[in-house]
Amino acid sequence: MITHAAHEMASAMQAGEITSVELTQAHLDRISAVDSQVHAFLHVDTEGALSQAKSVDDARARGEKVGPLAGVPLALKDVMVQKGIPTTAGSKILEGWRPPYDATVVSKMKSAGIVILGKTNMDEFAMGSSTENSAYGPTHNPWDLTRIPGGSGGGSSASLAAFQAPLAIGTDTGGSIRQPAAVTGTVGVKPTYGGVSRYGLIAFSSSLDQAGPCARTVLDAALLHEVIAGHDIHDATSIDAPVPQVVQAARSGDVKGMKIGVVKELNGDGYQAGVRSRFEESLELLAKAGAEIVEVSCPNFEYALAAYYLIAPSECSSNLARFDAMRYGIRVGDEDGASAESVMNLTREVGFGREVKRRIILGTYALSSGYFDAYYGSAQKVRTLIMQDFNSAFGKADVLVSPTCPTTAFKIGEKANDPLAMYLNDIATIPVNMAGIGGMSLPCGLAPEDGLPVGFQVMAPAMQDQRMYSVGAALEASLLSQWGAPLLSQIPALAGAK
Amino acid sequence: MSLTYEDVIAKYEPVLGLEVHVELNTHSKMFCGCSTIFGGEPNTQTCPVCLGMPGALPVVNEKAIESSILIGLALNCSIAPFSRFSRKNYFYPDMPKNFQISQYDEPICVNGYLDVEIDTDEGIKKFRVEIERVHMEEDTGKSLHVGGATGRIHGADYSLLDYNRAGIPLVEIVTKIVPGTGKYAPEVAKAYVAELRDILRSLGVSDVRMEQGSLRCDANVSLRLIGAETLGTRSETKNVNSLRSVERAVRGEMIRHAELLNKGERVVQETRHFQEESGLTRSGRSKEQAEDYRYFPEPDLVPVAPDAAWIETLRATLPEQPTLRRKRLQTEWSVPDKEMAAMINADALDIVEATVKLGADPTRARGWWIGESSRFAKEQGITIADLSISPTDVAQIVALVANGELTDKLARQVVEGVIAGEGAPASVIESRGLKVVSDESALMAAIERAIAAQPETAEKIRNGHIPAAGALIGAVMKETKGQADAARVRELLLGHLGQPTT
Repeated sequence: MITHAAHEMASAMQAGEITSVELTQAHLDRISAVDSQVHAFLHVDTEGALSQAKSVDDARARGEKVGPLAGVPLALKDVMVQKGIPTTAGSKILEGWRPPYDATVVSKMKSAGIVILGKTNMDEFAMGSSTENSAYGPTHNPWDLTRIPGGSGGGSSASLAAFQAPLAIGTDTGGSIRQPAAVTGTVGVKPTYGGVSRYGLIAFSSSLDQAGPCARTVLDAALLHEVIAGHDIHDATSIDAPVPQVVQAARSGDVKGMKIGVVKELNGDGYQAGVRSRFEESLELLAKAGAEIVEVSCPNFEYALAAYYLIAPSECSSNLARFDAMRYGIRVGDEDGASAESVMNLTREVGFGREVKRRIILGTYALSSGYFDAYYGSAQKVRTLIMQDFNSAFGKADVLVSPTCPTTAFKIGEKANDPLAMYLNDIATIPVNMAGIGGMSLPCGLAPEDGLPVGFQVMAPAMQDQRMYSVGAALEASLLSQWGAPLLSQIPALAGAK
Repeated sequence: MSLTYEDVIAKYEPVLGLEVHVELNTHSKMFCGCSTIFGGEPNTQTCPVCLGMPGALPVVNEKAIESSILIGLALNCSIAPFSRFSRKNYFYPDMPKNFQISQYDEPICVNGYLDVEIDTDEGIKKFRVEIERVHMEEDTGKSLHVGGATGRIHGADYSLLDYNRAGIPLVEIVTKIVPGTGKYAPEVAKAYVAELRDILRSLGVSDVRMEQGSLRCDANVSLRLIGAETLGTRSETKNVNSLRSVERAVRGEMIRHAELLNKGERVVQETRHFQEESGLTRSGRSKEQAEDYRYFPEPDLVPVAPDAAWIETLRATLPEQPTLRRKRLQTEWSVPDKEMAAMINADALDIVEATVKLGADPTRARGWWIGESSRFAKEQGITIADLSISPTDVAQIVALVANGELTDKLARQVVEGVIAGEGAPASVIESRGLKVVSDESALMAAIERAIAAQPETAEKIRNGHIPAAGALIGAVMKETKGQADAARVRELLLGHLGQPTT
């Protein structure tokens, strides 16, 4: 059952074929069996998960109406706070902290009866593309344990590919949902900025961060999307408008007459051959399904990465200032006579990892007086230009598409000492965050040269998230009929697994 | 050799700049739902948002926006159609996020003014203080540094943090530079803060209690040679906790600056702390190296864009400006200047007006509040508004005196009883037995007993020696324990002894 899609698990529970407790226990067993190899989880909440599962089973037994995903287990990225459950955001500085409140996404999932198995590994404070920046050690890609599972949400995507959970929550600031989805052969969606509440999401870059669903099928992602989306009075940037009809779109998967724009700048040089060929084949499948493929140009995308690495570090330098040992988290150097300042300094010195420090320093510099206009100010202008590029492209096409990443999963350690090479991995995902629109990655096959998954990215205008689901579902259906089985059926078995 | 104030103003022109921080009296904090009530147990009025917990987000308190707009309108400002919050980044343990959410380059109100009047030897003088901006921000928590010499974080043995105040909405009202006040600079500064306080109170947006810190004034002072164009270096004096201190601080800083300048030394640009006891300031944080706050627009909040119609609705609700109101009430109640000043000083205007509105005679109402009540308040070290006597009580007492049921003397006892918490006037009268003895036959009996006791005195009165009546009236009053109306006793006595009663 653990290899099934979430909506199939839900149907089985509804039909009385399995209980949530049984299903949850099966996933907990799987985690015990394989997580020593994958290291997708930082914390497993066995007791909490089973008790949530039991209450869903009880509700069902009493004949109460439960949500479409009630009783289905889920893996939660450790950047989301969950009351009473250790939450670290992959950082040593928060070791041992148990949040006193639930993120809005968490409370929505709890009321929907979703069973939270535990917290997944991630690059520290969501800064990274490989999960190697976790203070608690890297996560391994279940397709090849020597490779990265993507990042920052590598734990969430790996847990899906390793059948440790059928659903997961990710957060995406520059690609942290989509890139891990791409390199693990799973589905990940970054909703429109403001579509899902950020309340309780430990901020990296507030104007770019967005939580979203991760799953193994487009429909599962849509079902989870519907649970977590919607206006929240606790988040001033959340959009007060009806949630896009994503489930309906995922169920129908209709692209007839839809114009699909291929972004010229997000393909070609720098993209692995196998990535390009799988992407091209997918375009043909979409054309066969009735879509019209057009080419669009977004000339300002070439500045997106540079601008991103000014805006995100600037915001993070301020967002991470609160980690000062005064109220929560670890405290270092608090000996007799030590000043508050020295405790703050020592704690931050010990508590933050290299990449986090690098970005805090970058951001502090970019916001300094005398540099603000040249750096932060210019970056905001680039952001406006990127939005204009998207606007004009969406004038020609209903959705835009590209490969999610230039390459398949690289080796653990390969880019660890080359931040720029690491940053380039997000070149195709970052423009979406800069413009605040929606983006999805879904698997479109394995690259012939390395046999690793390739991701196909779909981008839709703000609050038109349903369009991504239409295209994603259509492509998924075409690919499935070609392959005869989901891509993940080809994943090598993990040692020790039943 | 120390300079006199006259020496200073003979040579230098002071230039003022005033920054007033006002805690708004909204029920909840600026960015979360926590209570703003003053004086709670430390850290009981906090939540993930105002503690800066990871993941928590701010949401703007709409009431705070409304109050800020009202303040801007009352200060003749333009209300910005679009304003933003920024982050002011600096590390300090009492600031939970290590940045303060504050308006920076796009404040909600700009370009206003406030006219103030001061009473001088040369008559009433009017000054216009121009307002540069009114902006919103959140307050910090409070630190208590224990041990060490200075009471500051450096050198303290340990520090206690109370985040109840963290996130309380603050409005900062910043003037443009105020030149041209000459020797009146200290009085103008005081009058400005006083007028501002009255306006804020009339708007009902703040408790404006300087002693509790809900209104805090930073006084910037610089000197330049009379006739000079260039501004001198300023100092910024904080911890100015009363109106009187505002005046003293400005005066003190003027003298301190002049002494330095006369010696050829330079004034250091710095924060100084006012010492209530000495009236002097002591050096605080130097501002020579401008701190870099790395301001940038707060990404967790959306811009504030108040609807023009809403602003007009608010404008229509603006109360009468305090100066105009004072003038109107003085005329309506025919109050002499000096007594008007006393009433204002005692902060009694609102309460007297409330009493008058309940039907009391203005002079009488004023008399009770400024006289008796004020005295009791002073004894208890509180304001008259905090006494347990209300305008309703005073209005009742005034009415009882007017219709003869109480004498002034009895009324004073009633006031005392009400203030002592013995209940409403009626129950004090009842329990203390303070009713006027108006039973005339009883009075006549007492008069006859007095005459019988002092026949010679009665004889003198019969012979036309009226002043002698005092002794007999006194005896009657004594017998009735002061509960008789002395004037009536006099009438009855004189009539009884065949003398004219007027």
